[in-house]
Formats: sequence, C-alpha cells, structure tokens
Amino acid sequence: MLNPENPEPKKIGILHWFSSTFGQILISLFVPAVTFLVLWQGYLFLSRADVPQIILVIVAIIWGVGGVALLYLVANWLVLKLPKAWSKRLQPFVFVGPAIAIMGWFLALPVFRSLISSFRNNYGTQWVRLDNYIFAFTNPRMLETFRNNLLWLVFGTGFSVALGLLIAVLADRSKFEVVYKSIIFTPMAISFVGAGVIWKFIYDFKGAGSEIGLLNAIVVALGGNPQPWLTIAPWNNFLLIIIMVWLQTGYAMVILSSAIKGVPAELLEAARIDGASEVRGFFSITVPYIKGTLLTVITTIVIFSLKLFDIVRVMTGGNNQTNVIANEFYLQKFTYGHDGRASAIAIVLLLAVSPVIIYNLRIFNKERKGF
Amino acid sequence: MAKSAKIQKRSQNFVVNLVLIVICVIWVVPILGILITSFRPSEQIFRTGWWTVFPHRTDVEVARIKIDPAVDLDGEILIEPTNSTIEGRTPSGEVIEYDGNPLTGISATYEDFRDGVTLDDGRTIQWSGNRRSRELRVYDRRWVGFDTNLTLKNYKDVITGKTITYRDAEGRTITRTGNNLGGAFLNSLAVSIPGTIIPILIAAFAAFGFAWLDFPGRNFFFTIIVALLVVPLQIALVPILQDYVKMDLNGTFLGIWLAHSGFGLPLATYLLFNYISTIPRELLESAFIDGASNFTIFVRLILPLSVPALASFAIFQFLWLWNDYLVALIFLGERNKTVTIAVAQLVGEKGQDWHLMTSAAFVSMILPLAVFLALQRYFVRGMMAGSVKG
Repeated sequence: MLNPENPEPKKIGILHWFSSTFGQILISLFVPAVTFLVLWQGYLFLSRADVPQIILVIVAIIWGVGGVALLYLVANWLVLKLPKAWSKRLQPFVFVGPAIAIMGWFLALPVFRSLISSFRNNYGTQWVRLDNYIFAFTNPRMLETFRNNLLWLVFGTGFSVALGLLIAVLADRSKFEVVYKSIIFTPMAISFVGAGVIWKFIYDFKGAGSEIGLLNAIVVALGGNPQPWLTIAPWNNFLLIIIMVWLQTGYAMVILSSAIKGVPAELLEAARIDGASEVRGFFSITVPYIKGTLLTVITTIVIFSLKLFDIVRVMTGGNNQTNVIANEFYLQKFTYGHDGRASAIAIVLLLAVSPVIIYNLRIFNKERKGF
Repeated sequence: MAKSAKIQKRSQNFVVNLVLIVICVIWVVPILGILITSFRPSEQIFRTGWWTVFPHRTDVEVARIKIDPAVDLDGEILIEPTNSTIEGRTPSGEVIEYDGNPLTGISATYEDFRDGVTLDDGRTIQWSGNRRSRELRVYDRRWVGFDTNLTLKNYKDVITGKTITYRDAEGRTITRTGNNLGGAFLNSLAVSIPGTIIPILIAAFAAFGFAWLDFPGRNFFFTIIVALLVVPLQIALVPILQDYVKMDLNGTFLGIWLAHSGFGLPLATYLLFNYISTIPRELLESAFIDGASNFTIFVRLILPLSVPALASFAIFQFLWLWNDYLVALIFLGERNKTVTIAVAQLVGEKGQDWHLMTSAAFVSMILPLAVFLALQRYFVRGMMAGSVKG
C-alpha cells in the first residue's frame, strides 16, 4: 500500500521546488489521490453487508483510526512541498484545521442552521415567523416538559449535590473512605439505559401474585398495597429523578471531596478551639472555601439535567406526564417529523444553557491562559 | 474528661460509618438485584423476588388436603381421614401419605379456611382456589437456605441472534429470535474505539496548534471552542441528519465517528490545550533550534509528554461513547445497532422479559465497569480537569 513517509520532505526548499520536474508535481497529486482511493475502498468495503461482522468491525477500527492518521501525514507532507513562505503560513492549519472544520460542521454552523429552520415550517418549505416558538412556549405539552425539567433541575441537582457533599464530608472522617467512595462512584460507569433497566426492575408492578419489584415488595411487607409506580403522576417524576441522583452523586462527591481536602486544617482547628460546633464550622468555613468548586459541580449537573433524555426515554417514553424537553425534541423530530418545531425546541435548550456559555467566556477572557 | 472525649469520638465514628454503610447499601442493592436476577431461571424470576435466593423464613407448603365430594361445605367443615385425603411432605421434601396424622380433627367454616386458619403449632391451613376445588393447603414457616438453582441460560439467550426458547410468567414456552447482543457488543466496540481515538488525535493536533503555533484567527477560533463547550448536541441533530441523508452517511460507522468527534472535540481540545500549553517552553525551543519540524516535535515530543492527559480524556470519551444512546439511536439506528440500543429495544418490546433484560443490561455494563474500575484514577483526574470550567 501507500508509504506516506516520504524520504526527508523537510529538505525540499524553494530552489528545489522551482527546479522540480513535472514528476514532482505528479507525485504531489498522486499521493493524495492514492490516499483518497484507499480510504474510499475501505469505506465501500465497510458498507458491504456480506462480510462476517467480526472482520467488519476490526477493519472499521483500523480503517478509521489509521485513516485519520494517514490524512494528517499526507496533509503535512503536501504542505511541506510548498514554497517555504506558504508552507510556514499554512502549516498551523494542518494542525488546527481539521478540528475547526469538524467543530464548525457539527456544532457551530448547526446553531445557525437550527435557528433558521426554527423560523420555517415543519417541512422547511415556508417561513412561519415565530409560530414554532409560540408552540414551544404555549403548548400544554411543552409547558409540561418545562415543569418537569424544572423538577429535574431543582431536585435532581439539589439531591445529587447535597448527598455528594454529605458523603464527601463523612467519608473524609472514616478509615474506609476509599471503599465508600468507589461504591458511590461506580454507577458513573453505567449507561442511562442500563440504569433504566436496573430501576425499572425496582419499580416493577405485577398486580397479582407475589411482587418481584423491590419497592412493591417492601410496601407489601409493610402492609400496603402494590402500586404501578411509574404511572402515578406527578410523583413518577421523582422516581425517575432518583435514578439521576443515583448516577450523579458519585460525580459531585469526588469533585467536592478533593475540594474539601484542600481546606486548611488550621482554619477548622481554630474554629474548633473558638468553640464552634462541627456543623457551624462546616457552614462558615468549609462551604465558603469550596464555593467555586460547588458552583462548578452545580453548573455541570444543571446542564446535565436540562439535556436529560435517556432515562425518560427508556423508563416511560415521556408518558404519564414525565415528558422532558429533550424527549419532546426527539418526538417532534423523529416521531412526527416536525423539523421546525424540533429546531425551535433545540434553540430553547441552547437559550437555557446560554448563561453558562457567557460565564465560561467571561472567565476565559479574564484568564487568557497562554494567549 | 479525656475519657468522655474519647467515647464521644468513638460514637461519632460509629455514626459516620453507619450512615455511610446505609448509603452504600442503597447504592449497591439495585445492581445486586439485576445481577442475581440475570442468573435465575426465567420462570422463577416471575414467581418470586430475587431476594428469595438468600436464606429467609417463608411459608413452605407441607401438605395438601382433598375433601371428599360428600362433605357439605356450608357450615363447619371437620377434617378427618374418613372424609378427606391428606398428602404431606416431610421436612426434607419427600411426599408421604398421612394417616391418622395430627392434622385431623380441625374444624372451621369455608370462609375461615379461605382467610387461613393458624394451628397451635404455627402451621396455617388455607383453602386453595375456588370453593369447588375442595382443596386445602397446609403451610409451615421454615427457613429456606441459599437458592443454588442458578443458570447461565439467560446470557446465552440474549447474546445469540438465533432462535431461543424459554418459559414465561405463566409457564408457557416461548420461541423467538434472540436479541443478538453479541453482535451489538461488537458494534459498540466499532463505534467506541475509533470514536475515542479519532477525536483525541484531532484534538491533540489542534491543541498543539493553538498552544505553540501562531496563525491569524487563533484567538477567535479558541474563543469559539470555549463557547461550544456546553452547547447541547440537540442543536446539531436536525441539520446534521439532513446532511447525512444527502451524503448517505446515515447508519454508517464513519458517520457516527464524525458525529462523536464533533460533539467531543470542544472539551477534548480545551483540556489538551490546558495541558499542552503548560509544557515548558525551553523544552520545545531547543527542539526547534535543532531543526525539527512541527510535525516531528508533535509526534516525538508532545504526544509522549501528554500521555496522562490523553489517557484521562480517552477513558472519559470511551465511557461516554459506550454508554451513549441518543447519538447512536439517531445516526446508527437499526443498522449496526449498539448495546444501548439493543437493551433499550428489549425494554421497549415487552417490558416483562426480565431474564433477558437483566442479563442484557449486565452484558452492556461489563466493559465500562471493568475499564472504570481498572483506570479509576485516570478517570477522576480527567473529570477534575474537565470540571475546572463548565
């Protein structure tokens, strides 16, 4: 196949360039062409369905990773073949170009494209002014999702952070800190879909015979009647929020735990000597000291709760008044095919996180690390 | 004084550990539930809760009493060997005939039997089924040991794509096509491995460019990257899907690698930039003086020096991709479905095939859990770096 390691491409200077023969130009064209051909053949091979899956997967991995590395090598090689002035000017773009292009295609441009399509009708054929936004802010379904997202935001974030902080503080005083922390942290590795199965099993309701869902079994053991928990609005929202708390507390705990360890022991000791209780010391010394970290953790989990999708999708599909913004987006786009409305909802989500974007930019402008 | 302080400290320690143990138990029990369930035979899963595999006291049926048709069911019913057949079980479980056993001589109305009659020795007698069944069952509260009736069949069934048979809640035999989780597992690998390496490679190049090379627009582009850090990916789904349909990229691995690269790049570039820009300037300058090209410096110097940062982000991204549902659902769908999609489908299909759902969930969790537990330290480091800002 192709050998991208051209013998010492760096030594080709301006003179060499001008004195280069027709063959040199031909090679410069030939190498990218061969590269492209090889990658294209790989792509075609992967599109074929008649190959054993395991081979397909291995080829896909090699092709994908190798392909990207190859593209960088060839691009760099090509740029170095240019006159020195040009090569110096263009080389930075070999490094940052692909990243900028991909981010531009997948995130930056879509902001504007979604904005445009949010002002057009559901099939993209006509301008409808603010119709989609009127839908997004007045339709009862949408209002329900706003209410639910607010519940997620307040209670999901609140419980995760509070519990994470509690565990971080308590574990700091225990000999078995590492054990406790890794147990609480483990759900971070589990997918929301997997967590959905785990908790759906806990909330399971049979209605006849002995209940196999843990929650109903406990209720029955305490003398109550089994309930179809996930259909009882609005409390089912809280049952779903518990899943998020289960998944996210570990994150809050780990970050806050390291911040708490940074609180100078002398400060706490001084407070103790002055007669302050443990609780008082915590609220008047530890909390102000870790304020910055606390804010970061809260922000991260708030954003997470705004974008939440998988848990609701798997557990209830948004039925029984558990719908959230991201699920309504999914329904509008993929169940009803309403591009306009879906785009408007995506823009609403963007607006919801925009304070964080502005905050990030402010901090960045203040620090300007390395710039 | 000192002694009381010591006692206070000890009791404080006790409370702290107790609270933590309670929380940890709450955290572990849900996982334990599906782990145990995934190894139980399907019929048993529907009949009893997973906690019954542990030793517990329960009502065990020890005997059955059949009342002769001649006996009048209105009023008091007296149980005697003359009017009923009594079949019993010894404590070891063997079926034996009772004759003149201590169960005789009990009398109660049908209604009482229906609600259950407790005998002096703690056994209960209860009418089974409807009035016409004329059958009574005798229960004794006994300790039951560990249930050792565990099986790997659920895992075999869920991994294969071939036809499988199992018994459902009512004991009927069900035959259907397996969910081919094995294939989905391979697909997840095909998504996650390049989906992790590609953006990291691209981000490392970009981070080096931003940190060490000068070019017009450097400041502008990096500001954009910072702004993109928390942009919700929903914003991209409608336009990108339009592009993918036009380019015939929908359902291909290339399409999903690109999508994941796009969504992961801002954070990856930002984190790696923070790391790479702290590499001592002298180190690179001496290399420049030696006449090394940017590319050589990047490959020979920057990449090896950034291994810790690369590893941290790699674990982060790998777990994210493996556990991702939304992006896979939209850009891969039914063609090349990943484990998360396969598990979600299983949940959606019937919602009662717990033997398959639990084992499928576990198959989907094995790899991320292993990676996570083995490389937790790197993961935490990456998470810390990522959370310094939004």
